[in-house]
Amino acid sequence: MADTETKALQAKEKAEVTTPAEQTRPGLVFTPAVDIFETDKEITLLADMPGVKAGELNIDLRENVLTLDGDVKEPEGVGEVDVIREYRTGKYYRQFTLSQVIDQAKINAELKDGVLRLRLPKVEAATPRKIAVKG
Amino acid sequence: MLWRRTTDWPTWGWTSPFEELERMRRQMDWLTGSLSRGVFGQLAAGVFPLMNVTEDKDNYYVRAELPGLKANELDISVTGDTLSISGERKLPAEDEKAQYHRREREAGRFSRIVSLPAQIDAGKVEARCTDGVLTVTLPKAEAAKPKQIAVKAS
Repeated sequence: MADTETKALQAKEKAEVTTPAEQTRPGLVFTPAVDIFETDKEITLLADMPGVKAGELNIDLRENVLTLDGDVKEPEGVGEVDVIREYRTGKYYRQFTLSQVIDQAKINAELKDGVLRLRLPKVEAATPRKIAVKG
Repeated sequence: MLWRRTTDWPTWGWTSPFEELERMRRQMDWLTGSLSRGVFGQLAAGVFPLMNVTEDKDNYYVRAELPGLKANELDISVTGDTLSISGERKLPAEDEKAQYHRREREAGRFSRIVSLPAQIDAGKVEARCTDGVLTVTLPKAEAAKPKQIAVKAS
């Protein structure tokens, strides 16, 4: 069912990471919301990471584990005092395990308006091929 | 100790047992109410988008996280001391044949009105959207700015 009807967005607090591993740096860590979908040729991952600049986003792929790690600088300027604080800012961190079918050399990442689009192409052998049956 | 507590319990001289129940209920309400408050114990409105408001000497700054939205997709207006922001977050349609593994990002309409503590110079309001974070800079009206008063020596 397609989302043709627009619904009203609900306010949601950002999900904080609860990893067993200790953080080496102080500050809050959040899990970015992601969409992951797959076509015959590639897997696409979209992640909401507001406040992250391209230079501060680390995408690391090691032994099939993909790690997204985005740093956010405090947006407030010097001398600004809080009036209302409804959301908090901090790093974004999330890990995914990839299958062997990803062509790791052709991964392509694009960060625009706080949304990351990561293209993970499948290796040639894994893309389905139609085989014509000769009569 | 336990003995003292039980005997000190105010219901021992009860006039009405329901009064005590009512008191306990109020206390529970107060407890749960204080827990459901927003970040840092302040009341959050719970309306999308969540906003952080800060101020310095000259301006108010309203910030909201709106990933994927462009400045021209937002409708921002100011009157007196209120700021209203509305818009729609659209997620571009992907390949029809795409099979979703995860779908956590949400699309939809939103609209929010915030009252600021002082009057705003509506003509000089600026809004910027960078890296999915909207920042609205609202200069305080001259009348609302703090003024230094020089004391004259007589």
